Amino acid sequence: MTSSGSMDTIMDAHAFARALERMAGEIGALADPADLVLVGIQRRGVELADRLASLISKSGTEIPRGALDITLYRDDLETIGPKPFVGETNIPCNLDSKSVVIVDDVLYTGRTVRAALNELADFGRPSKVSLCVLIDRGGRELPIQADIVGERISVGKNDRVDVLVRELDGKDGVELVAEGEG
Amino acid sequence: MTALELGKDLLGLESLTAQQIVLILDTAEPFKEVSERAIKKVPTLRGKTIVNLFFEVSTRTRISFEFAEKRLSADTVNVSSQGSAVQKGENLVDTARNLEAMRIDMVVIRHPSSGAAKFLADRIDSNVINAGDGKHEHPTQALLDLLTIRDKRGRIEGLRVCICGDILHSRVARSNIWGLLKLGAEVAVCGPRSLMPLGIEQLGVRVISRIEEAIEWADVLNILRLQLERMTGGFIPSLREYNRVFGVTVKRLEQARHDLLILHPGPINRGVEIDSAVADGSHSVILDQVTNGIAVRMAVLYLLSGGRRETAEAAMGLNV
Repeated sequence: MTSSGSMDTIMDAHAFARALERMAGEIGALADPADLVLVGIQRRGVELADRLASLISKSGTEIPRGALDITLYRDDLETIGPKPFVGETNIPCNLDSKSVVIVDDVLYTGRTVRAALNELADFGRPSKVSLCVLIDRGGRELPIQADIVGERISVGKNDRVDVLVRELDGKDGVELVAEGEG
Repeated sequence: MTALELGKDLLGLESLTAQQIVLILDTAEPFKEVSERAIKKVPTLRGKTIVNLFFEVSTRTRISFEFAEKRLSADTVNVSSQGSAVQKGENLVDTARNLEAMRIDMVVIRHPSSGAAKFLADRIDSNVINAGDGKHEHPTQALLDLLTIRDKRGRIEGLRVCICGDILHSRVARSNIWGLLKLGAEVAVCGPRSLMPLGIEQLGVRVISRIEEAIEWADVLNILRLQLERMTGGFIPSLREYNRVFGVTVKRLEQARHDLLILHPGPINRGVEIDSAVADGSHSVILDQVTNGIAVRMAVLYLLSGGRRETAEAAMGLNV
């Protein structure tokens, strides 16, 4: 990724852990835990879904978790071309009549979630689909809102929000990288 | 063009780098899952039109391409030389230009002349995918062979692969040799002298004259179909004799390593180049090849599709 521009910490590891605890509680209250399925969007959404599922499972019920790669459902193949790396999609069970929670790191334009909703529909007909994100950075281009949010922030179009997770980045946290004018 | 792009066309493996080949194989992995879904379709190529232009008979390759195209939601049209204006003498470029005038996006071509795919690619704007041109190359077959070997053994590098049979007429052999060597395998060929091209060693392969020796040497045997339609030139005395000398039989496999893999591009001549019991036996991964063929072709279609070349790079650092 780019190294230019200044960097601010939005969440440190401590705040990150607290946010996940609270979000896990809210997900647990969404539906009967026996009906819940957490589906993370590749890549960091998958890690977050795993963490959230483990937190909810502490209270007894094992929560199935899956992974969704929305690359093949993007709406910008024509303009930006094929993204060379397509990740794994793995839906652990039939989604009919389940309460599915889509988990992603950052909610921005809403186009990723649009693609994820289309992809999920190819795997069954859940009784309910909810959206859970760690960061809502505003800037929506589609009528999509999250049900559960770790933190809402307002950042400029040229700034980038990076969610870091231990498994991939060595530490937990959220950073705001200002790209400057561009 | 960067190493992570394929460019406009897929004409053969000779012109690809090892990185590009690995990119196609890696991209094929997630496409396998699409074919396991209840709804075997993703919207990726919605609105794209693909013409399958087959100037030679084919079952497996044509159906495999068609499944790959349909599972990516492309619209497809099949044109074969029988029953089209080709029979009236229309030449290849005129056929293709007429199709382009109907606003198509991609052409998959199978043709009896070596170089036909490149000839076409140089003259039309659509993406061209070679589905076999004469004795030259059959890149998607070699890619699915590579994917199957990598699936089963976890690697290509350092493996000993022997391609057996009619090397002379085989585009599958040529594409496999290029692909395997680029990915670091040791490659040998084994077959009758009359079906071995002169100077084949110069490609960097070892020539083994006895099938028994090939079986002992190899980690992987890729057994080619004896192309009966091309055997009118007195290349072999008889099919029975071919089987006696070069057939891969249960008895001969007693000398094989227990984890030997046996590939065959199909269609199989049972009892000629391979015994039925071997084709259906525990070493055989012939049906895995067929399954992988769809995933590999989906990957190629996906990687060649959409996107203007100059902006494709932007896709890599995407933050949406």
